Amino acid sequence: MTALGRPPEPVADVLIVGAGVVGTAIARTLARYDLDCVIADAGNDVGTGTTKANTAILHTGFDAVPGSLESSLVRRGAELLRDYAQQAGIPLERTGALLVAWSADQHAEFAGIEDKARRNGYLAIRYVPAAELYAREPHLAAGALGALEIPDESIICPWTTPLAYATEAVRAGVRLRLRTPVLGVTAADGWHEVSTGSGSVRCRWLVNAAGLESDRIDAMLGGSGFTIAPRRGELIVFDKLARPLVGAILLPVPTPQTKGVLVAPTVYGNVLLGPTAQDVPDRSDTATTGTGLSSLLAAGRKIMPDLVREEVTATYAGLRAATEHRDYQIRIDASRRYACVGGIRSTGLTASLGIAEYVVGQLADAGLELRKRDGSPRKPPVLPYIGQTGRRPYQDDARIAADPAYGDIVCHCERVSRGEIRDALASPLPPADLDGLRRRTRATNGRCQGFFCAARVASLMGAPGGARAGRDARVLA
Amino acid sequence: MNVDVLVAGAGPAGLAAAIELRKLGVADVLVVDREHQAGGIPRHCAHTGFGIRDLHRLMTGPAYAQHYRGAASAAGVTLRTGTTLTGWPATGWPATDASATPERQSGTITATLTSPAGVQIVHAGAVLLATGCRERPRSARLVPGSRPAGVMTTGELQQRVYLHGQRLAGRAVIVGAEHVSFSAMLTLLHAGAEVTALVTDQPRHQSFAAFRLAARLRWRVPVWTGTAVAGIAGRDEVSAVLLRDDRDGSVRSVPCELVVFTGDWIPDHELARLAGAALDPGTLGPAVDTALSTSVPGMFAAGNLVHAAETADVAALSGRHAAAHIAAYLAARQPAAPGRQAAPGRQAAMAGQAGGRRVPVPVMVAGPLRWISPNGISPVSPEPPGGRFVLRSGAFAGRARLQVRQDGRLLTSAPARLVPGRSIRLDGRWARHVDPAGGPVQVGVL
Ligand SMILES: Cc1cc2nc3c(=O)[nH]c(=O)nc-3n(C[C@H](O)[C@H](O)[C@H](O)COP(=O)(O)OP(=O)(O)OC[C@H]3O[C@@H](n4cnc5c(N)ncnc54)[C@H](O)[C@@H]3O)c2cc1C
Ligand SMILES: Cc1cc2nc3c(=O)[nH]c(=O)nc-3n(C[C@H](O)[C@H](O)[C@H](O)COP(=O)(O)OP(=O)(O)OC[C@H]3O[C@@H](n4cnc5c(N)ncnc54)[C@H](O)[C@@H]3O)c2cc1C
Repeated sequence: MTALGRPPEPVADVLIVGAGVVGTAIARTLARYDLDCVIADAGNDVGTGTTKANTAILHTGFDAVPGSLESSLVRRGAELLRDYAQQAGIPLERTGALLVAWSADQHAEFAGIEDKARRNGYLAIRYVPAAELYAREPHLAAGALGALEIPDESIICPWTTPLAYATEAVRAGVRLRLRTPVLGVTAADGWHEVSTGSGSVRCRWLVNAAGLESDRIDAMLGGSGFTIAPRRGELIVFDKLARPLVGAILLPVPTPQTKGVLVAPTVYGNVLLGPTAQDVPDRSDTATTGTGLSSLLAAGRKIMPDLVREEVTATYAGLRAATEHRDYQIRIDASRRYACVGGIRSTGLTASLGIAEYVVGQLADAGLELRKRDGSPRKPPVLPYIGQTGRRPYQDDARIAADPAYGDIVCHCERVSRGEIRDALASPLPPADLDGLRRRTRATNGRCQGFFCAARVASLMGAPGGARAGRDARVLA
Repeated sequence: MNVDVLVAGAGPAGLAAAIELRKLGVADVLVVDREHQAGGIPRHCAHTGFGIRDLHRLMTGPAYAQHYRGAASAAGVTLRTGTTLTGWPATGWPATDASATPERQSGTITATLTSPAGVQIVHAGAVLLATGCRERPRSARLVPGSRPAGVMTTGELQQRVYLHGQRLAGRAVIVGAEHVSFSAMLTLLHAGAEVTALVTDQPRHQSFAAFRLAARLRWRVPVWTGTAVAGIAGRDEVSAVLLRDDRDGSVRSVPCELVVFTGDWIPDHELARLAGAALDPGTLGPAVDTALSTSVPGMFAAGNLVHAAETADVAALSGRHAAAHIAAYLAARQPAAPGRQAAPGRQAAMAGQAGGRRVPVPVMVAGPLRWISPNGISPVSPEPPGGRFVLRSGAFAGRARLQVRQDGRLLTSAPARLVPGRSIRLDGRWARHVDPAGGPVQVGVL
């Protein structure tokens, strides 16, 4: 019996703890089978952890540790996600990357990097001499000696991705439980009794995809193999007017300590500068710092001075779930009916579908019975397109003719229409607050940060049927 | 659709320009505004203080906006609200429907509009950009910390309170101590919030002594000078703002629930940049000469887009001034050879190559001065809007002298009181003596 005296829920087949990009990817993969599946997250939305605040690159894995699990799952994940993105309307652009050498020492490392790429199965890497580099990236600071081109590195939308996975899972019957922090797990006869902040959940199998908390969940199940040491990465988002300055993702030559500060376009048409890498004690400390931001500007000035002269639209920080190990911490314990999917440090967005495929395969090997659901396999859902290069509703005359709400622009900087905001509020996974709406539509994400539209957006969110804006908590009426 | 003049923005500058264009006999004047009601920023400035120089009376912002809406419709201006000018299709940005590709017409500028009526292409004989300005938000000022709710600009605050009738609760810290900051204080008090303080990194406030005194005596709100915002704390909502005392470097945490960032204006220059117009490095708006002409032929700019931010009456006078030059431009325009229409940026290049267009003499500022507007002397018409240039200083100076020189020659010298963020006006009669073939004009402080 639960504390509330309700009869206990039936025992679910699988409980996934964590609705980040990894947990939701596993949920959508399990949803194809005839299973009763629950996904629980402490947050008020999917993807509110590390998933929402990263560099948003779909990696090739050219620089992974050869032979590692990460190397193979990044490669497989990128292949699967590229395909999935196209079907689900997830913004993705194949910009390619240029790894730039600024000194003779760095230049001398190219041979090793190329060799590593090949050992990771990535063969398309090639050398770009300085003249060609500057022809392609005329705004690059002077002094670059040459670059390695990784033509398949891409940029992707980190918000639509978990939303698409979760929408697909929920449509297939997976129960999504938000605001449900897992507090403890006790072993029962053939199932886990999981206590949460909102009642208890029973499940036969438990999948730990709790990101920064994955070591603590692991400890609840008797594991002790790793400890999360959060590593914060701060980033600066430059105005969309800076977008023409940058062609490809501009990578530095990595050092043993860090991958370094990069410059990358975003699918929303901005330019990112970052991330920093700083170990922090607090697993929730996603605050930016004065020193972090000024170190980024200093780094940016060396890479592309013209970029740093443009206006800043936003700054943010994300926490990498680093551990004492180099590789992902993925383990299946058949006797406990438990899968640990932790320590997915800096490539989880890319690898998500690869991780899901691998974990589900391991679960099957460990005894989880997978029976395909009857009927033809479902197609991925098609999510509203929020990228910059494809056609947005405000540009679509036919769409506006059919529904004039798409011609009523509310957020002027990002050109988000009332129709898109209305659709997000009425979607199967509606936003719980303004942040959720931002991730679904881009509203208020632009250069004015709400000067022109935040008041109207708040009114639309507060309108009957809309969610209350958490960011408006101070607003009484 | 074809019009004589397309005006982007129905604020004081755009509406005043449109009214004047009709008075000057221009037939088709289309003003578009992306908001649902015309009038611009004054729509949500409930306080009085509008209309002195242009209408010679004192009114509230909403009354002022209403006056201009009425005057525009009486003058026969076509006004379309809820309509955004999204770009210039000839420049390829944004990409538009192939079927909507405009018929190429000589000598016009082509613009794309979005409204609930659909996506529309407009060909205009001339364009006036009057898109105004905004305040830099917290992120653009690189204020570190967490990202909780309760952080906003004055523009957002005013709209919440005066357009959407929202009440506010809690303690507020206002960042800035210029006119607009005191206006934000009144709005917060009106909405039900408490105001803890105004903070400025300057050694003194930058508004009228009367405002400062009223804040202290009537509302008991202090101004903390020499104080910079070092961070914002709070998870979901603001819990405190971190303030650094510039005198000793100490940082203290001041509990509050609202933080309002005021001033620190930046022009809304997106359309100007997408059109390829050159920017002035000081104002960050499009560079304009004394005829308010940008570097793109047929494209003019007025109001706070070229001087962020002046009062509404100054913006309106700027619009009227532009109207006279737009009318003159249309009258003098030679129809170009058919099929020669090109992107605005390329048109400029072509005109430059042909050598037919005389270029304005640039006006530059030095020392504590941040910018001057207009920032070029038109060879045809050296008179600035209202007979005056407007300038901004980055530092205080009680008794300064502005000096204007060209190629070492002193054109004028005038006393000025420099207050950061406050308007400095400079009589513009000297501009007639600028040598159109000479070097740039330099404005400095003695
Ligand atoms: C600065 C930075 C840059 C990065 N750049 C890239 C990149 O370019 N490309 C790329 O592929 N990857 C990148 N990454 C890595 C990527 O973001 C992560 O690997 C990925 O988001 C991890 O997803 P996750 O689902 O494991 O974790 P999370 O997104 O953190 O999800 C874990 C979820 O578990 C929930 N949770 C935690 N504890 C509990 C509990 N007790 N009960 C219930 N729920 C709980 C949390 O609320 C959270 O939603 C970057 C990371 C950072 C920090
Ligand atoms: C808090 C505050 C207090 C103020 N107090 C006073 C005062 O007491 N007295 C005073 O005289 N002045 C005051 N002002 C200044 C005054 O509001 C401005 O000077 C004036 O509004 C500037 O006019 P404008 O036409 O240049 O720009 P705006 O009024 O900003 O108008 C620009 C218009 O352009 C539209 N627009 C922008 N881009 C597009 C696009 N792409 N397509 C279509 N439309 C577009 C906008 O919607 C807007 O309506 C105050 C300003 C503020 C913010």
